[in-house]
Amino acid sequence: MTSENEAILNDEISTSIGAGVGVADGVQPDGGAGTATQASAKAASDVPAVKATGVHKAFGGLHVLKGIDMTVEPGTVTVILGPSGSGKSTFLRLINQLETITAGSIEINGELIGFKHVNKGGRDVLQTLNDREIGRQRAELGMVFQRFNLFPHRTALQNVMEAPVHVAKTPKAKARAEAMAQLERVGMADRANYYPMQLSGGQQQRVAIARALAMHPKIMLFDEPTSALDPELVGEVLGVMRTLADAGMTMIVVTHEIGFAREVADQVVFMDGGVVVERGSSSIIDHPAEPRFQDFLSNVL
Amino acid sequence: MCRRNGVTVYMYGGRAARLQGEGSMTRRNQSDGLDIPGRIKARPVHRPGSLVAGIIVALLALMLVDGMVTNKQFDWPIVWKYLFNEHVLNGIGWTLVLTVTSMLIAIVLAIVLAVMRKSVNAVLRGVSWFWIWFFRGTPIYTQLVFWGLFAVLVPKLTLGVPFTDIHFWQMDTAQLNKVIAPGFLAAMIGLALNESAYLAEIVRAGLEAVDPGQAEAAQALGMPHSMIMRRVVLPQAMRIIVPPTGNEVISMLKTTSLVSAVPFSLELQFATDAISHRIYKPIPLLIVACIWYLVITSVLMVVQAWLERYFGKGFNASRAADTVEGLRTDGHASFDDDVKKKAEHVGFLGLNA
Ligand SMILES: Nc1ncnc2c1ncn2[C@@H]1O[C@H](COP(=O)(O)OP(=O)(O)OP(=O)(O)O)[C@@H](O)[C@H]1O
Ligand SMILES: [Mg+2]
Repeated sequence: MTSENEAILNDEISTSIGAGVGVADGVQPDGGAGTATQASAKAASDVPAVKATGVHKAFGGLHVLKGIDMTVEPGTVTVILGPSGSGKSTFLRLINQLETITAGSIEINGELIGFKHVNKGGRDVLQTLNDREIGRQRAELGMVFQRFNLFPHRTALQNVMEAPVHVAKTPKAKARAEAMAQLERVGMADRANYYPMQLSGGQQQRVAIARALAMHPKIMLFDEPTSALDPELVGEVLGVMRTLADAGMTMIVVTHEIGFAREVADQVVFMDGGVVVERGSSSIIDHPAEPRFQDFLSNVL
Repeated sequence: MCRRNGVTVYMYGGRAARLQGEGSMTRRNQSDGLDIPGRIKARPVHRPGSLVAGIIVALLALMLVDGMVTNKQFDWPIVWKYLFNEHVLNGIGWTLVLTVTSMLIAIVLAIVLAVMRKSVNAVLRGVSWFWIWFFRGTPIYTQLVFWGLFAVLVPKLTLGVPFTDIHFWQMDTAQLNKVIAPGFLAAMIGLALNESAYLAEIVRAGLEAVDPGQAEAAQALGMPHSMIMRRVVLPQAMRIIVPPTGNEVISMLKTTSLVSAVPFSLELQFATDAISHRIYKPIPLLIVACIWYLVITSVLMVVQAWLERYFGKGFNASRAADTVEGLRTDGHASFDDDVKKKAEHVGFLGLNA
């Protein structure tokens, strides 16, 4: 399964996972860092929004992702399905650099994330990016969490304004107007001055989406955005996501909402045990080829 | 029968209170404004034991007050005479200055220590651990004596390149003793360093109580670490940090009475002691000191209540019933905790008002 890992990162990274882990087998020091270099030489509009190549992740001795390849084209919606523990959240968190990648590479709009290639004495080595550079790369991405993670000590409006004012340094008045527009977009403008605890789960999640949108991300990541919601609140959040997709937002969505996947997804990816088992257009949901995917669907539907 | 009704009433009352975010679980059924037909009005269970106990305790309290008023040794005229004595008022001033300054230094140190304690750098973690171990592990009195002797231990302070003879600046440590008032710096530093060790543990507990998802969400929005600490984690940790810190301030107020160990001789306890030695009446002046400590403590309690309300913003807000589930999954303090806290809060304000 690791045969196609041309862009596995060098030993500097793989050593951090300790010797006993299987990933080490797949590591080719100085192997083919070429892929990333070529891609970062700003190609035109046909550059994928997200390109993951041979992505591995290990936590201590636990090998969670075992060589994930994935390409997400701009303006498309990718839905990741998979049983619990298959590594879906871990993959999203790697894209957003909330975890450090163990091996492989991820490019956002053609730019390698987390590292840069530097020339050290004629040798091409990887250098970890500093906080500011990582912050700039994260600005391309918005993330929505399963448990909302709104700031409880700030109102809905303040939650949405927080990053524009303090990270992007937008003037307050302008940020407020824009934040209100985002709240309007998710249908929460009338609750702008409520604290998160005064809102229902579905309302909180819609505010969380507005908060992520306020930084004008090019790609939105959703990690089971409706799993913590009561059934009757799921629809309002999926509705907002559908509108976003229709507006051409690039989205990667981890969800168990098969109906949403069938209706909205341009690409469906089924993961199990840290590998991609099956992928294709949304039609694979109705005609799964792999037995494991068939099993999963029959359990979910 | 009667008892079963009692329970039913209680549950109605509790439920209604919950839905309105009222907080206390008392029988508020008469004042909840709900129009429920057939509301049960049952007589409460008689508890003669508690009535008897109440009477006994009240009698004892009365005897105590009577004893204090009639006992000549208390010498109330002397108490009134010295309550607003100039030296006493001066002493209060110095006690407050010592409390506030050493507490402020301690808070800053404690935040630094708590952050160091969670650092990835082993040296920083080790230093923080050692600091807390040392200052918590030795008596404050000993530490104050030590700071008083600092000038003997380190006669000269120099600023230069370590382990060489190069220095840019130096001074006699004994001169520091004269800054502001004799012994003030030693007293302030002694109190502050000791306190920082206790506060560091309080701050650490507060930081650890904040849901890690909060920092993650902030990270995902592109915030740098320092900003996440300042704008997301610390404000939420404050909710947990403030109540025990209030206790620490009150405890610090009284610990200042130990700075005679330095020696620093201007604060309240020392001032009242000095007068009592002069007029050979120790008890009334002890009472003077007690009265003032109590007055200041009461003021501090009001400030604490205000701070708790400020940092509870967003947590104490009244909420619709359907968010209770969201509360639990969100990893914040459970509803019942909040209710309990609030009940305390209410009682507390009542006490002061
Ligand atoms: N920080 C961590 N440290 C150690 N192990 C982790 C960590 N994060 C995730 N894991 C492990 O990685 C595996 C994959 O977790 P992940 O959360 O990615 O699964 P998932 O597909 O999102 O599952 P679910 O549908 O339950 O959310 C799990 O076995 C989990 O225990
Ligand atoms: Mg998950």
